[in-house]
Amino acid sequence: MLTRTASWTSHSSMDLEHGSKKPSAAPTAATSTSTILQVRERFMALQPIVLRASAILATAVAAAVMGLNTQSYTAVVAIIGTRPLMQTFTAKFSDTPAYFVTANAIAGAYNLAVLLMRRLILRRRTASLIVHMLDMVIMVMLATGAATAASMAYLGKNGNLHTRWNPICDKFGSFCNRGGIALVSSFIGVALMLALNLLSAAANASRPNAVGH
Amino acid sequence: MAKVQRLISIVLRLTAAAAAAAAAIIMVTSHETTSFFGLEMEAKYSYTPSFIFFVVAFAVACAYSLLVVFVRPGSTASRLVLMSDVIIGMVLTGAVAAAGALSEVGKNGNTHAGWLPICVQVHEYCNRVMGALIAGFVALVVYFLIIMYSLHELAEPLCSCHY
Repeated sequence: MLTRTASWTSHSSMDLEHGSKKPSAAPTAATSTSTILQVRERFMALQPIVLRASAILATAVAAAVMGLNTQSYTAVVAIIGTRPLMQTFTAKFSDTPAYFVTANAIAGAYNLAVLLMRRLILRRRTASLIVHMLDMVIMVMLATGAATAASMAYLGKNGNLHTRWNPICDKFGSFCNRGGIALVSSFIGVALMLALNLLSAAANASRPNAVGH
Repeated sequence: MAKVQRLISIVLRLTAAAAAAAAAIIMVTSHETTSFFGLEMEAKYSYTPSFIFFVVAFAVACAYSLLVVFVRPGSTASRLVLMSDVIIGMVLTGAVAAAGALSEVGKNGNTHAGWLPICVQVHEYCNRVMGALIAGFVALVVYFLIIMYSLHELAEPLCSCHY
């Protein structure tokens, strides 16, 4: 591990040396390589911010869509004499995937907090490590919520013949559609948080004074 | 020092393989037939896709743990093993979560969807599934310990806590 970092730093210093070794011979080449390096540095620094903002968006959309997901319809249950008896059937999110909404809401709030407090965390090692650990915990929580909701969605769509559970998606069509959208958004959020995790791991492991996470 | 590290790693991996095998086997052997109101009801793990995923995931994890015992520490293969450890840990988490959600619906039912709980009729099947979930959870905790230990070994090989 130590030899790998040494070779990385020597390679980067060689890059800079190459850029400044022939100043008189090819000035345009030197400036172009330095601007390319600058652009790359800026792109690298911007990556965590963009990833976190997208993760906030994905998890907030999932939580909001599933949270406001409700559908009801009234049907005739029985006929007494000449008057039909109506009953309202409601499908709400809070039956089983309440964990899903809570997990996505917590993940969105956590990412928002980290994004806002970025200045405090950026150059300190312990805070950077704590954020990395929390990133992993929140990602696993999101993954469990998504897995739970996915199994519930499969059950609602196809039912289970052996336990005599009927599928509900033919009756509550738009409830199922909205739930599917929320689920896809949550999976995208999990993938983004995984990318963030990898970025944090790379930043914390290769450079002792972590720049960016 | 390296021998003690390797021994601890091997013991952890064998424990994880045993727990994963236990989880898969208990889930596979859960089978109950009962009849109520003249209707015959059969409960088996293969009727539910989440439980099939649970069995497959834990069987793969058990085989993977047994294979990885033979990887030499410090080689490039050990870095790959760390990555696939994390991947398998996440797959197991998803499996336990999905199976747990389905078991909760089976135990409590869902009045809004009109799904009746089935644990009253197939009590033994529900107990077996609960046992499989507990074993799966234990395997998950041991996997977490494996990942933490591998990271600690990789990141701080000169730590004074090794002797």
